[in-house]
Amino acid sequence: MNSEALKISLPGLELKNPVMPASGCFSFGEEFSKLYDLSELGAIMVKAATHEPRIGNRTPRVAETSSGMLNAIGLQNPGVDHILEHELKFLEQYDVPIIANVAGSEIDDYAIVADKISKAPNVKAIELNISCPNVKEGGIQFGTDPETARRLTARVKEVSDVPVYVKLSPNVTSIVDMALSVGDIADGLTMINTLVGMRLDGNGQPILSNVTGGLSGPAIKPVSLNMIYQVRQHLPHIPIIGMGGIATADDILDYISVGADAVAVGTMNFTDPMICPALIETLDERLDEMGVGHLHDLKGRAYK
Amino acid sequence: MKNIMTVVAQSRIADKIHEMVLEGDITKNMKTPGQFVHVRINDTTEHVLRRPISIADIDQENSRFTIVYRAEGEGTRKLSKLGPGDSLDILSPLGRGYPVEQNSHVLIVGGGIGVPPLYELSKQLNREGVKTTHVLGFNSKKDVFYEEKFGALGGTHIATADGSYGTEGYVTDVIRTLDADFDCFYACGPKVMLKVLSETMDLDGYISLEERMGCGFGVCYACVCETAEGDWIKLCTEGPVFRKGEIVL
Ligand SMILES: Cc1cc2nc3c(=O)[nH]c(=O)nc-3n(C[C@H](O)[C@H](O)[C@H](O)COP(=O)(O)OP(=O)(O)OC[C@H]3O[C@@H](n4cnc5c(N)ncnc54)[C@H](O)[C@@H]3O)c2cc1C
Ligand SMILES: Cc1cc2nc3c(=O)[nH]c(=O)nc-3n(C[C@H](O)[C@H](O)[C@H](O)COP(=O)(O)O)c2cc1C
Ligand code: FES
Repeated sequence: MNSEALKISLPGLELKNPVMPASGCFSFGEEFSKLYDLSELGAIMVKAATHEPRIGNRTPRVAETSSGMLNAIGLQNPGVDHILEHELKFLEQYDVPIIANVAGSEIDDYAIVADKISKAPNVKAIELNISCPNVKEGGIQFGTDPETARRLTARVKEVSDVPVYVKLSPNVTSIVDMALSVGDIADGLTMINTLVGMRLDGNGQPILSNVTGGLSGPAIKPVSLNMIYQVRQHLPHIPIIGMGGIATADDILDYISVGADAVAVGTMNFTDPMICPALIETLDERLDEMGVGHLHDLKGRAYK
Repeated sequence: MKNIMTVVAQSRIADKIHEMVLEGDITKNMKTPGQFVHVRINDTTEHVLRRPISIADIDQENSRFTIVYRAEGEGTRKLSKLGPGDSLDILSPLGRGYPVEQNSHVLIVGGGIGVPPLYELSKQLNREGVKTTHVLGFNSKKDVFYEEKFGALGGTHIATADGSYGTEGYVTDVIRTLDADFDCFYACGPKVMLKVLSETMDLDGYISLEERMGCGFGVCYACVCETAEGDWIKLCTEGPVFRKGEIVL
């Protein structure tokens, strides 16, 4: 599928189409490569990489909620060196840009990972994960304090060979303040990460071993749309990759309408592992049906 | 992997326990007992997580397979409403099942809703000429199912916790009374049962575990369990069946 109507150009990223799997919902692609040709995707946001390998949280790590789910995986990953040697190497056989999700517990950790991973031949951008709600010592405080987020972004920009997109957390009082604090340093934004939530079992006990987890899936789409809508008004030109509950081609159009440039699909990859190629196809048909020449002709139409 | 199957039949076979027979091409890929299917409840976005359910019986000739599940939560209660002609979206077959090894006599131990995958296992072992003895534990008489089906394959003993049927007590209370030499055991059921069996049985064995799942095919890292060496591995792709002692229970 190489429709002109879907091609999108963003810093570091020449996208055949605007659809990419979201970080943490696709691992490093190997499992999905058995289901479809990964080169069909616009890009792949791979699972978070940290400096040292991480074991993650105790189980249960997921719980279903109404039209959504909670996860508290805790960034389990084999560490950046392993990821470079194995996981990213594996992905080299596909014609698809990789967006590397970088996480850490201190600024130096992030810098080490960003420095290393941005040198992989297929990594075309970094997604700075300052917003994972599931690790105690990291992530979230970077994502909730504008000043720390700014310092971190600046440091990662220094060491990275590729453009840096900052992934914003919705767990803040003002998403606009967060976006503005990194907006003149970052090459782009990705939004949003999961919302902190919890679920109890029939005996009044939390289901997740971590007690709280990150809420994702169709339930969070209205929150994400609003946050992008707000941020877009203050930062009219910054590239934004939108995500949160995308399940249909019309969901993608909604994200483009509030000003996103491209989109990522997370949780729905679990519900339907074939969803990304299916969305690319229906999105193209949908534009055709609507008589729209390019997806971005619909960009920002929510404001008109 | 992703497939739309047709419901051929569904019936209630014990208290809240439903047996569903499904038909479709993907059945031809189902070979190993102990593997599971990941079932989508419906095609809305109301339930984003699929439900893992073991394959209880494979009928290659008719491209059919059977699942047996407890309609307890929201999703499984909805599944129990389906009838002949309805379709069901499944990912299958998933996970690593039980090795069907050449032995002379093996012990098969099931607890509650852990019993279903053992039926296909016992069928395949019998087909290979292995003698099977089954010990199945339930809470109460109303929960008992598949006694006759297992009985047709080998000696079958039932234990109920409240003593309303079979031996009063747990599977281990029955096993203690068995007078036979087994080469190994195969088990599926609550974690405590698997733990007690692993610790008390002086035999090699295979156990099947459960964990909450996100994807069911190795991408989300929801379903990890800890190995004896301290690694955290994914149950959906490395399991659900493990060798006794391999996993920390
Ligand atoms: C490999 C494997 C094989 C299984 N085989 C069978 C089987 O043959 N028959 C059977 O009745 N049950 C089986 N189970 C358990 C079954 O998956 C759960 O009982 C079922 O998912 C509960 O769904 P629900 O809609 O009733 O519950 P809800 O409470 O509505 O479900 C909410 C979420 O919790 C998850 N969940 C709830 N209970 C469990 C549980 N005990 N284990 C794992 N996830 C759970 C659900 O999958 C879902 O994501 C198996 C589990 C695993 C991991
Ligand atoms: C199981 C799971 C794991 C995730 N892991 C990561 C991660 O490693 N890094 C990250 O930045 N976001 C992670 N996320 C967040 C997603 O990338 C995405 O931002 C969020 O789920 C919202 O999109 P969705 O509603 O389409 O799932 C994870 C989400 C889920 C459900
Ligand atoms: S359920 Fe996703 S990795 Fe096992």
